[in-house]
Amino acid sequence: MYISIEKVSKAFTLKDKSALTVLDKVDLYIKEWEFICLLGPSGCGKSTLLNLIAGFDTPSTGTIKIDGDTVTQPSIDRIVIFQNYGLLPWRNVIKNVELGLEAKKLKRKKRRQIAEEYIQLVGLSDYKKHHPPQLSGGMQQRVALARALAVEPKILLMDEPFGALDAMTRMHMQDEIERIWQEKKKTIIFVTHDIEEAVFLADRIVIMTPSPGRVKTIIEVPLPRKRDRTSLDFLKIKDKVFTEFNGSVNNFVYGSF
Amino acid sequence: MGKIVKVLKVISSLALFVAIWELIVLTGRYEPSLLPSPVKVLEGMGELVKDGTLITHFKVSLSRFITGYAMAVITGISLGLVLGYNKKVWEFVEPVVQLLRPVSPIAWFPFIVLWFGIGDVPAIIIIFIAGFFPTLLSTVSGVRKVDPVYLNVANNFGIRQPHLLFKIILPAAFPMIANGLHIALGTAWVFLVAGEMVGAQSGLGYLIIDSRNSLRSDLVLAGIIFIGISGLVLDRLIKLLEGYIERQWGVSDGRRN
Ligand SMILES: Nc1ncnc2c1ncn2[C@@H]1O[C@H](COP(=O)(O)OP(=O)(O)O)[C@@H](O)[C@H]1O
Ligand SMILES: [Mg+2]
Repeated sequence: MYISIEKVSKAFTLKDKSALTVLDKVDLYIKEWEFICLLGPSGCGKSTLLNLIAGFDTPSTGTIKIDGDTVTQPSIDRIVIFQNYGLLPWRNVIKNVELGLEAKKLKRKKRRQIAEEYIQLVGLSDYKKHHPPQLSGGMQQRVALARALAVEPKILLMDEPFGALDAMTRMHMQDEIERIWQEKKKTIIFVTHDIEEAVFLADRIVIMTPSPGRVKTIIEVPLPRKRDRTSLDFLKIKDKVFTEFNGSVNNFVYGSF
Repeated sequence: MGKIVKVLKVISSLALFVAIWELIVLTGRYEPSLLPSPVKVLEGMGELVKDGTLITHFKVSLSRFITGYAMAVITGISLGLVLGYNKKVWEFVEPVVQLLRPVSPIAWFPFIVLWFGIGDVPAIIIIFIAGFFPTLLSTVSGVRKVDPVYLNVANNFGIRQPHLLFKIILPAAFPMIANGLHIALGTAWVFLVAGEMVGAQSGLGYLIIDSRNSLRSDLVLAGIIFIGISGLVLDRLIKLLEGYIERQWGVSDGRRN
């Protein structure tokens, strides 16, 4: 499924009735099975863009099309994974993973079977009966991932999914998401503000500038997988992204071009 | 250890209370009919238990209580879910609710008797009124405080009404609703006795009025003590239930990360 973002702008009306333009004519074309990282300083509209693609909100102007159809509402074909996981604390792990399957008209046994399969995929088979608050942040993120994957969406929208994790867990989860992406063939849009994470994961890195949010540059990462975070090529690209990214931050700070 | 100390504290507190009471009686300044001695009251309690008066009245009270409370819980929660979910309707209804809430259920008594006559019904209605408002208000505010992330998740996975209500909103609001049910229980028990004192021919409240009419102040106090004990037991029972619910909701277990 390809995603075509065409001249998308988004403005919010604030309490004092003034308009805040958060996204300004964003153009972006994403191919099927592509891994895209959205990189940008906080407040540049990454979450807003992701919400628009998800269908939780609609653009002020412009359109977002998926396989040619304009997005007007959320769909089980594109699942959002939130930074705070969005797990239901009153359900244990397996019941959380079954949540999305309940809306599909599946037999109870079939549901359980699919849920177990995906819990195994994320390596949590020993924690099926645990409730989310009993799990570490990394484990909760895996549950959210299993829950999303279980409904077999074509597109995964991840909003700083590993932002709250410690460095080690974070690297581990990056390996994991790459493995799953290769195994399950998904289109992934992954929001982050961690440059190394973006270079490790992305086919293309979309760098955004703030106020209002625009696409500044798109950097291809032509490295073979699984990428070596210490290789010279990796560091070169990281450097390039860093320069671009910093440029966008400096423009923001000094308000000059 | 801690438990023994706790029990000792309870026992010594009660013992001190009874001792002061006995001391006041021993000074002999009050007529026995105005302030019966602890021994006299204990005898009275024995009398009520032995001749079955207590259990008869207790059963009547309990069945009224359960009926009225169950009605309050069912209507309070159902209305609360609807009103909490429909902001506009709630804004319209809230002023009326806030106006009626501080009115003591007993104030309705003249109308209750006119409309429902005497017998079991007036007491049940009074319990209903007493239990209804705390349940309604806690349900409304529980529903309105449901984390919007849960609603987005449900929306994303295609969960529609009525499943949205039963799978997401009700459980998310439940800890707060349970708290309201606890408050409602206490309030309703207080008004059960009041209701039976003004309009009933049976029940614990009536037992007190009846004892007063036959000038048995020892039995009046015995009745009061029974009411206190049963109220306490009910409160403990609902606390147990609350603890169980919290465990089911996975909120009371040690949190990690
Ligand atoms: N619903 C909203 N109403 C008003 N302003 C909003 C709303 N959502 C986001 N914003 C504003 O839009 C800007 C971009 O927000 P966001 O997309 O969350 O940025 P990012 O995810 O890149 O940090 C911020 O300034 C934020 O305050
Ligand atoms: Mg964000």
